[in-house]
Parts: sequence; C-alpha cells; structure tokens
Amino acid sequence: MVLFDNVSMTYPGGDMRAIDEMSFAIDDGEFVFLVGPSGSGKTSIIKLITGEVRADSGELNVNGFDLRRIRRGKLPALRRTIGVIFQDFRLIEDMTVYDNVAFAMHVVGASNREIRRRVPYVLDLVGLSGREKRFPREVSGGEQQRVAVARAIVNSPQLLIADEPTGNLDPARSLELMLLMDRINDNEMGTTVLVVTHEKELVNSFSKRVVAIEDGRVISDGMDGYYSYEIQ
Amino acid sequence: MKSSKIGYLIKEGFKSIGTHGFMSFASVTIIIACLVIMGSFTLIAVNIDSMLDSLEAENQVVAYVEETFSEEEARALQPEIEYISNVRLCRFVPREEAMEEFASQFENQALFQDVDASVLRDRYIIYLNDISLMEQTQEELYNIIGVANVDAHLGVAEGFVAVRNVVSAVSLILVVVLVVVSVFIMANTVKLATLSRREEIAIMKMVGASNWFIRFPFIVEGLVLGLLGAIIAFLLEWSVYDVVTNRIIAGVIGRLVSVIPFSQLSPIVLPVYLGVGLAVGVFGSTIAIRNYLQV
Ligand SMILES: Nc1ncnc2c1ncn2[C@@H]1O[C@H](COP(=O)(O)OP(=O)(O)OP(=O)(O)O)[C@@H](O)[C@H]1O
Ligand SMILES: [Mg+2]
Repeated sequence: MVLFDNVSMTYPGGDMRAIDEMSFAIDDGEFVFLVGPSGSGKTSIIKLITGEVRADSGELNVNGFDLRRIRRGKLPALRRTIGVIFQDFRLIEDMTVYDNVAFAMHVVGASNREIRRRVPYVLDLVGLSGREKRFPREVSGGEQQRVAVARAIVNSPQLLIADEPTGNLDPARSLELMLLMDRINDNEMGTTVLVVTHEKELVNSFSKRVVAIEDGRVISDGMDGYYSYEIQ
Repeated sequence: MKSSKIGYLIKEGFKSIGTHGFMSFASVTIIIACLVIMGSFTLIAVNIDSMLDSLEAENQVVAYVEETFSEEEARALQPEIEYISNVRLCRFVPREEAMEEFASQFENQALFQDVDASVLRDRYIIYLNDISLMEQTQEELYNIIGVANVDAHLGVAEGFVAVRNVVSAVSLILVVVLVVVSVFIMANTVKLATLSRREEIAIMKMVGASNWFIRFPFIVEGLVLGLLGAIIAFLLEWSVYDVVTNRIIAGVIGRLVSVIPFSQLSPIVLPVYLGVGLAVGVFGSTIAIRNYLQV
C-alpha cells in the first residue's frame, strides 16, 4: 500500500518544490499508471517511495512503513518489499545477466538452492533464456530492460514500480512488457504495480487507473484513461 | 549471517579484485612502496643505533688509584666502584700490567724499556651503561677515597649523544612524513577505485542490501590486498637488506661497524608489515565507501 497525504519535497539545493502537497493512495493489488510531462515529479515520487529522498512535510506510508519516521537502518527492510525498474535500468556492468538477478536474491539472504531454482525461472519468464552468461553491454537495450524487470520481480515484491520501462522499446515490445506487468499484477500474490509512462496509446489500450501529475501536483486521478489528463 | 551468504560475500570480494585489476595492482603497489620505504628508514635507524651502542660500549673511563695505596688496598676498591649504578663493568689493572702494556706500545724505543713500574699507578678500566651520564659518574668516582684521578672523554660522550639525537630526530621526521604521504596516496587510490563503484553501491542499496552486505566484499578485498602487499614488501625488504648489508660487510666500512642480520629483525618486521598492510587495506576500503553508504 502506498499513501501520500499532503506530501511536499524540495531537493537539497533546489529552488522549487519537486512534490507539492501531493495526496493519493494506491491499494494492495492495484495496477496504476502514473503520467505527466517531463519534470513533473514522476521519478521524485518513486524516490520518495523507496526512501532515497525524504519528504519535508505530510504523511507518507509504504507497505506498512512510516517513511516520515523510518530509521536509516530500516530502509533495507522497506526496499525488500519493493521491486523497482529504473528509467536507466541501473544494471551492474561487471556482473553477468544471471548475476545481476541472482545478487538481488543474495541480498535478501536466499539460499543457493532457492537461487539456482528461481533465477532461471524468472529469466525465462521475461524471455531471456540463453542470455545468462552475457554482460549487460553484450545484450540489446530491450534485453537490458528485461534484466531490470527480472531483478525487480525475482524476490516477489509486494509493490512493483517501473519508471518509463518502455522508453527504449518498440511498440510491440512495449505491449509485451505491459502484458507481463499485468500478469504479475494478476498473479495469486496480487502484486501492486505502479507504471510511469509517456505512452498514450499504451495507457489507453489498458483500462486501468491513471494518476496524472503536473508541477508536483496530482491534476487528475481516475479510470478514464490518459485523455482526461490531456484535457486539463 | 548464514554461511552461504558469507561464502557468497567472500567470493564477491575475491572476484572484485580480478574485475578491478588495475586498481588492485595500484593499491598493492602503493602498500609495498610505503612499507619498503618506511621499513628501510627504520632499519637504517635501528642499525645506526646498534652501531652507536657497540661504539659506546667500547668507550672506557680510567680511574687511577692513589700511589700510596698498596695493591691489596687498591683491589679492595672494586666493590665500591661496582656499586655505582652506571658502572657496567670494571677491571682492575695493576701497575705492572699497565707497564707491560705501555712498554709494548713503544717496543722499539729503548728509553721506556727499563722504566720501573712504580712510576705508574694501579688503575681501573671502567665501562658504563649510559655514556650520557659520564660526567655524573666521574664525580661519583672522584668521591671514592683512594681514587686519585679519573680520565673520562667527556667530549666523546657528548658527541655520541648528539649523533644519536640527530639520528632519532631525522628518522622520526622521515617516518612521520612518509606515513602522512602514504595515507594520502592510499586514500586517493581507494577513492578512485570506489568512484567507479558508486553506481554499483547505489544499486545494491536500492535492492535492499544492508550496509554490511555492501561493506563485506570491500573488506575482504582490502584484507587480501593488504596481506598480499605486506608479504611482497617483506620479501622485497629482505632481499634489499641482504644485498645492501652484504656490500657493507664486504666493503671498507664493514671492518668498522657491524650490521644486524635480517633473521634477527624479521620477527619484528614481519608482524609489523602484516599489521600495517591489513590496517591500511581494511581501513582504506571502509573509509572510502563510507560516504556512498548514506543513500
Ligand atoms: N537531484 C535533484 N536535485 C535537484 N532537483 C532535481 C533533482 N532531481 C530532479 N529534480 C527536479 O525536480 C523536478 C521533478 O523531477 P523528476 O525527475 O521527478 O521529473 P520526472 O517527472 O521524472 O521527469 P522525466 O519524465 O523527464 O523523467 C524537476 O524540476 C527536476 O529538475
Ligand atoms: Mg523521470
């Protein structure tokens, strides 16, 4: 569960609020698109959710953690409940595709046996079988993206966040990735999914909840797709 | 922590040494250079110190006994002289023996051959513990009834003290300067090494890694590099020391001074090198990543 209640945040050294008295809630098991122009604060919302930056005021709760009062030592526990697919993938360059996914399981203390069973399964799920031994620079942009997806879902997080995951993909691949996210959302664990995107077509081809933001504020929130945001 | 996790982290540490080959090489080289340079200066100072020790030990004070004292009476002074705390050793030399010695020095000069021993005095050859206290000891010898005169080379004693002070001061300054310089170089090398891994650390944190999970491989890496550097530096120091001291022993100076064999120094040098290598390796890597862990 994600709860923003009147949250404001200014970057250190920034002159304006990147997030300005923002309120919205995402329930467990929901699938939400987050849309908005460049610089509107989408990535900032993700950084707030993962505890990478702190809110200046308001109330912020994620998966049962009170992020306004969380101690630094508790951040790893929070982050293990969240899987993030970053705008720029953020893969570790000198680890193979396999290790990039496996190390996320080592982080949470999974046993070697679990890892050997789970990683190939997840890599297969995102269509990366046969690429295990390659390094990130030796696979295509779309494949790197899917490594990032595999890493984000390998620990079965409660909340899956994707920041512009389709930025580098052709429309067919984008749709495929969205269907994969939808499947992850639909699974028996009911993973909550938050997808940041610019792609109108894509958003409109799914009838999901769309939260639109501009200048750090929510300007529309509903099931009626991307268009309502454009009208504003 | 589970053992499988520790195993993984140790493996990651070793892997990282290979992946960051150039930086590993640079760190080890710097550790070696610092250890060898500092070690060499220290060993030179230790050797000079020991040479001074042996030269000092040769330095003797002669106390002459009153002419009126019989040999018996003169011999009786020995315990009184030995009672002075700075006296390490004293040897009684009766006037006849002194005469023989004297005569043998001037063998060819007939003038001295038949001089009667009674013109000389019985004497004590005295060796001191600490020659910087020579003047004080001289006073104490004068205070003994029966001691007529004391021959002490106060100037020589002062010279030794001065040389020793200069040597200790110079080596202390050099070691301090070298420590500062090498810590600075080391810190920068490690900083450079970790700069490239800043992103990697940030990613690990985002996936939920604890600080210990991130730090552990770095510490393993620092430990291994530090140990490696220490061992190589020790072997290098050993061979350099052997080559240099063999030259000295074979050369002219070798007849004047003695050098301490490395086998006698290694029980101290090896643990110090290992300790410094480990400390630099572990602290270097811990300090260098500290800032990146605050995400
Ligand atoms: N580290 C930072 N320091 C200062 N200001 C920042 C920082 N990161 C982002 N900002 C500012 O905060 C605002 C929101 O940025 P954010 O990255 O959240 O936008 P975004 O919606 O993700 O944009 P995009 O679609 O281009 O990724 C922008 O005005 C940006 O310039
Ligand atoms: Mg962004």
